[in-house]
Amino acid sequence: MIELDINGTKRSVDAEADTPLLYVLRDHLAMNGAKFGCGLGQCGACTVMVDGEAVFSCMTPVSVLAGRKIRTIEGLGTVEQPGALQRAFIDEQAAQCGYCIAGMIMRAQALLEKNSSPSDAEIRRHMMPNLCRCGTHMRIVKAVRRAAQTMRAEADKPKSAGQT
Amino acid sequence: MSARGVASFLILVAGVAATSWAADVAPTAKPAADQSMADSTLIARGAELAAIGNCASCHTHPEGKSFAGGRPIKTPFGTLYSTNITPDNETGIGKWSAEDFLRAMHDGVAPGRRNLYPAFPYDHFTRLTDNDVEAIYAFVMTREPVRLTAPPNQLAFPMNLRSALSVWKVLFLERGAYRPDPQQDAEWNRGAYLVEGLGHCGACHTPRNAMGAEEHTRDFDGGQSEGWDAPALNSSSPAPSAWTAEQLYAYLRQGRDENHGTAVGPMKPVVDNLSQVPESDVRAIARYVAWRMNRGQLVRVAATSSDSAQTVIGDGEAIFRGACASCHEAEASGGPIRSGRTVPLSLTTSVNAPDARNAIHIVLEGIWPDAGEKGAFMPPFEGAFTEQQLAALLGYVRSRYARGPAWSDLPKQVRAIMHTGQKQ
Repeated sequence: MIELDINGTKRSVDAEADTPLLYVLRDHLAMNGAKFGCGLGQCGACTVMVDGEAVFSCMTPVSVLAGRKIRTIEGLGTVEQPGALQRAFIDEQAAQCGYCIAGMIMRAQALLEKNSSPSDAEIRRHMMPNLCRCGTHMRIVKAVRRAAQTMRAEADKPKSAGQT
Repeated sequence: MSARGVASFLILVAGVAATSWAADVAPTAKPAADQSMADSTLIARGAELAAIGNCASCHTHPEGKSFAGGRPIKTPFGTLYSTNITPDNETGIGKWSAEDFLRAMHDGVAPGRRNLYPAFPYDHFTRLTDNDVEAIYAFVMTREPVRLTAPPNQLAFPMNLRSALSVWKVLFLERGAYRPDPQQDAEWNRGAYLVEGLGHCGACHTPRNAMGAEEHTRDFDGGQSEGWDAPALNSSSPAPSAWTAEQLYAYLRQGRDENHGTAVGPMKPVVDNLSQVPESDVRAIARYVAWRMNRGQLVRVAATSSDSAQTVIGDGEAIFRGACASCHEAEASGGPIRSGRTVPLSLTTSVNAPDARNAIHIVLEGIWPDAGEKGAFMPPFEGAFTEQQLAALLGYVRSRYARGPAWSDLPKQVRAIMHTGQKQ
């Protein structure tokens, strides 16, 4: 048994040490946000966060994850209350078929948590490993930019409230 | 620099302080608005030579304009910033005459008797013919002028004193053009001229002494560049399968050879440049380097030690199966990557090298296809592993695939690279 910390919840999983995290998420835990695209780290559809960094869950064996914090798209928000990036992707209509989007959002989340106002060049460079076969990359870049704005505004709120 | 190196250097500086060792440089006339400079043949030849000299790599900031400088160059003595070599009159070399340029290339002296730091490899460029320097001058002086001043260098004493460089030059600069070896044919001599001179291969592939000069008793014995290991290009080459001139040509031209690996790190811009220059020059370079590698008995580390087997860290195998095997284990049968891009790990120089740092960089940063090129790539694993996990994985890979003994300082090197976050 391996104990994993996923979106702040401890989950015990009966899996072999070399099982990819993606298989555990989808097959053992029925968390189907992260997608299987290529299984070879070439497309990014499986991207999740580990200790704040975007990683390919299809190539991350569960044996390396004990004691580390895993975050998936399910941890960012709900249908009723989407997270800032999810909201921005809806507002910009950045999804077409939608298969790549969970991975896109998780990679973008890792960026925005470290850099609250990335330049377009920084967004493009950071998002490079993730592919969208429908070709909505321009809207994805816009959505990341919009989310960065919302998140900055959210972060400023309590501060200004405290000052008045 | 070691304490001893500093001490000996200071003594030398003191000993010669009374004498001016700077080359006797008289200011030269400003360049006339030469029409001859517009000689397009000369400029085109200069462009090829500048590519072989890899000038743009150092003289361009990753986010800046070509040849405008400002790129930080980390050395053991501090950080240097490459200079602006566009023809801007105020911040570049717009006021330099052809003679000024020749003197910089051959003697490491800029106008105003300013000694240049040997990060600019004039110890190699001194081998160039005057004609080749003239062509490079014609090329750089016809680039777009860019107004940009590099940040001031951050060097420790005594290296922050340019006058101290006179001493360095007395000790380590052997001036003079390349002298052809009459025993060898024209192609061999062309290769030697390019490798020893313009290509300045030894600047990375030869180890340096405490004063930052190449140790010529150990030419091409392997060195370092930007946190990467520059493997030996002589009989100590770590490649398990001896390089042929043909394979070196393919590697230098296309950035990859299926028996040795892919050009990454600081070698990547070198091969990008060499894909743009005359084929005959790359063939000559390949021939000369292959000659150096295969001269004398190849020193191959035999896999007789059982140490490597004992240091296998159990976790490493599971990590390999989960993270690497889907591409690298199936490689014997061609693997799932159909474009023939995985080189068997048992043949790669990075896995067989005596130093682990290239393997660490490659796992963390991946190997990317050229911009605009489609195709499979080695994905970056930054963030996926802790230090201990990456050390366990590479310990396993080393023991399974390499001929040499286990990497002794692996955990230390992994920690150093993961913490400095050195990326390309």
